[in-house]
Amino acid sequence: MNKSTKGPAIEKSPWLIHYDASSCNGCDIEVLACLTPVYDAERFGCIVTGDPKQADILLVTGGVNNLNGPILRNLYAQMPEPRAVVAIGACAYSGGVFADCYNVLGGVAEVIPVDVYVPGCAARPEAILDGVVRAAILLAEREKAATAATASAATPTAATPVSTGGGK
Amino acid sequence: MNTDLLAALPWALGYLFAAPFLGGLLAGIDRKVTARLQGRVGPPLLQPFHDLRKLLSRRLDPVNRLQIPLVASHLVFSALTGFLIFLGTDLLLVIFILTLAAVFLVLAAYSSGSPYAKVGADRELLLMMAYEPMVILTLVGLFRVTRSFDFWGIAASGLPLVALLPGVFLGLVFILPMKLRKSPFDLSTSHHAHQELVKGLTADMGGPVLGLVELAHWYESVWLYGLVFLFFGWNPLAAVLGPTLTYFLIILIDNATARVKWEAALASAWAVTLVAGVGNLLPYWLRGMP
Repeated sequence: MNKSTKGPAIEKSPWLIHYDASSCNGCDIEVLACLTPVYDAERFGCIVTGDPKQADILLVTGGVNNLNGPILRNLYAQMPEPRAVVAIGACAYSGGVFADCYNVLGGVAEVIPVDVYVPGCAARPEAILDGVVRAAILLAEREKAATAATASAATPTAATPVSTGGGK
Repeated sequence: MNTDLLAALPWALGYLFAAPFLGGLLAGIDRKVTARLQGRVGPPLLQPFHDLRKLLSRRLDPVNRLQIPLVASHLVFSALTGFLIFLGTDLLLVIFILTLAAVFLVLAAYSSGSPYAKVGADRELLLMMAYEPMVILTLVGLFRVTRSFDFWGIAASGLPLVALLPGVFLGLVFILPMKLRKSPFDLSTSHHAHQELVKGLTADMGGPVLGLVELAHWYESVWLYGLVFLFFGWNPLAAVLGPTLTYFLIILIDNATARVKWEAALASAWAVTLVAGVGNLLPYWLRGMP
């Protein structure tokens, strides 16, 4: 209700879903480390949910292959808009050391659009948190743009009948 | 009777308006204390409100057309439960409204195609079976001592109910985690990540639909602590300390226990109901007619 005055709430409450594509588990351990007392992702309002319908940001670790590609696409399709994807680690970027394997398609971007790349092999928890916060800001900007677009779209439609009516 | 209702009406209306804020604050303090118990900084105190604002601002995207009316009914009847309690309506009637609210949530979960939601709904039904006898026994116990079935009548009795009904109070505290979705009885759905059922009952509920469930939960937690207050209502100091200590005790139990299997939840809840609840009331029943 107070959206316009307070700014998008999504920035203060980015809920995450984590999918391990074909990671070596190095990055996954670092993702879990983000929830521990040392890094504590909940400071930023993050909740790790297993439910794509409740998630705002999809964290993907590891490269994509023929088996998990469709699963990743399915998870992404179930997330409501606006949504963001954070590809974590070298494998999620390009397939990493597994890029030349016969079954590896490459990075996450082969299947779904990626918004933020977190570098590292394995990615450090600080870098992952940074990526999540950047994705949250991105989501807020996107929501702002969407509300502005609907507002500007509403004005011409309201104005159109007036203009076609000939100065009524 | 009617004048009593009129006198209680401001309280009941106040509950309708204030409970979301109070319930959200209770959830916020809960998350902060939980984080500190785990050695974390934790989210801002007002995080539950940020979460709710975000959920409600998202696009309405239910998995089927039935989900919205069912979840909305859950919210309406959860709020109505508290409204009727604070209006001083017969508490035995309120139990039916409370059950109706819970049933609507279970139906909403069943209406989704998710197997997680279905198992969560099964478990919620089991939990209802586990806690309802104790809820009824609590009201029976309060009536036995105060001769009243309405909230304000019980509160005005001036009796130290927690001392007269220690077993009944223990039973109520035992089933509180079931209603508050806390460990060790958070088997149908949980606030915490990575439970074995993903989100259980609320799997497949996203955006505003989940927001309504959360709001209903805040309404519920406020009237639940209202029931706890009844046991301490004889003295202003106890009225503040009793529910507060119970609240922190529930958070401590939540953090110190692991989730139990449904068999253990059902058996232990009924055992406590029978031993502590009935055991407490037995002397009263033996002394004279109820």
